[in-house]
Amino acid sequence: MPFRLLRFALSPGYPEPRMFTAHDRLAPRYDVVVIGAGGHGLAASYYLARDHGISDVAVLEKGYIGGGNTGRNTTIIRSNYLTPEGVGFYDESVRLWQDLAEDFDLNLFYSTRGHYTLAHTDSAMRTMRWRAEVNKHLGVKSEVVDAGDVQRAMPMMDVSCGGHAPVLGALYHEPGAIARHDAVAWGYGRGADRRGVEIHQRTEVTGIEVDGGRVRAVQTNRGRIETGKVLCAVAGSTPRLLDMVGIRSPLYVHPLQAMVSEPVKPFLDPIVVSGSLHIYISQSARGELVMGSSLDPYELHSTRSTFDFAEGLAAHMLDLFPCLSHVNVNRQWAGMADMTPDFAPIMGRTPVAGFYLDAGWGTWGFKATPVCGKTMAHTVANDTNHPLIESFGLDRFADYRLTGEKGAASVGH
Amino acid sequence: MKLLHCPVNGPRPVSEFFYWGEIRAMPDPARASDAEWADYVFNRNGAPGVKREWWCHAPSGVWFVAERDTARDAVVRTYLWGEGL
Repeated sequence: MPFRLLRFALSPGYPEPRMFTAHDRLAPRYDVVVIGAGGHGLAASYYLARDHGISDVAVLEKGYIGGGNTGRNTTIIRSNYLTPEGVGFYDESVRLWQDLAEDFDLNLFYSTRGHYTLAHTDSAMRTMRWRAEVNKHLGVKSEVVDAGDVQRAMPMMDVSCGGHAPVLGALYHEPGAIARHDAVAWGYGRGADRRGVEIHQRTEVTGIEVDGGRVRAVQTNRGRIETGKVLCAVAGSTPRLLDMVGIRSPLYVHPLQAMVSEPVKPFLDPIVVSGSLHIYISQSARGELVMGSSLDPYELHSTRSTFDFAEGLAAHMLDLFPCLSHVNVNRQWAGMADMTPDFAPIMGRTPVAGFYLDAGWGTWGFKATPVCGKTMAHTVANDTNHPLIESFGLDRFADYRLTGEKGAASVGH
Repeated sequence: MKLLHCPVNGPRPVSEFFYWGEIRAMPDPARASDAEWADYVFNRNGAPGVKREWWCHAPSGVWFVAERDTARDAVVRTYLWGEGL
């Protein structure tokens, strides 16, 4: 590694090529158009090129690479879900995560920390036992621990929560991890770019032409593209795109806010979530505390942040970590979360032939980036849903076949 | 949006209110097909725009209608049901 760095000191120019090729113009047609250059869209285009030999792909992004929810989440990766479908899906994702850095030749700062979901009530403890048993049955490492274990793992925590709602125990999930989210998008983007995929930033989709129930073309602010296959991976903008193809869906968009503190000495190794206090926290490799809370209370298509959020989150955080009372907040931000009624995504084929959906990822999409890419690439390439996503189809609502994942949302939404 | 104008209590902090979603017409349960009923139960108009929504002022229990632009986070007007139609 040090010798590789030496090139940067000795070379008169910058010795590495740029991460992404800048394309001057759009071609008039592509085999596949991916809308959204976030983690999910780029991962899908990467696996399309790498595993399915489809590299005539354009990824269209109205902003910049990874500038949406990929760069706005709190980077937590876990698979301790509640339904067998959910656990199987997320566990495949955790497995894929673990060798990505080598695959990309890029440091993702993937850091396995262990993940505690705190329970403050008897009913929460019951859910934790249930989740632990489902997880263990499916081979995922999860166990219920008591308040003493929580205290030993995090000596700085006030497990009595100031006496109001003491921590009774927790669901401990050993593979819980965090990763550098921007690098995930860059890694997938570079991998796709090198295999011939074109990434077009600042290219907004303004219309989708559907004829005879099939996708024919995509209109953009930089011209029209003919294509037979469109993958829509645009999180909070999904309802707008669905309007273009005339599909109705249960998606509704609420902002999800987060904030980060100034860097402090490492004191918090695990990731901590409290569903009762509606907060979660982890400490990044730089020492910043990355904190989040529940969804904003009403529908909004905007990424504004509010003082109410910062105030509410800080108050609950101090119940758990009174030692943070003098720590300053550096930044706060929001992302647009596309929520579904059953807290599971909407993925796969749609009533419009050639229009594939990877949506409904609400507040939990980052951890699923690799497996979404892989399963959506399979779905687009073969025009059949990948077996892992079969229970996540849009048609489940018309058939009243909802999944029951709400109990495993990290905070009560 | 920090203040919301309650038609009875005037402008109040938005934290005193709760949101009950867009006002939607219910199909006749006796006549609707299964598909129409499922569409009513689950599907939403999720795209941004000016929407008519139910809001409630929690301390006084006043339910009212807000016309709100969900792209700009701005309220166009609020009124009691039956008054603004």
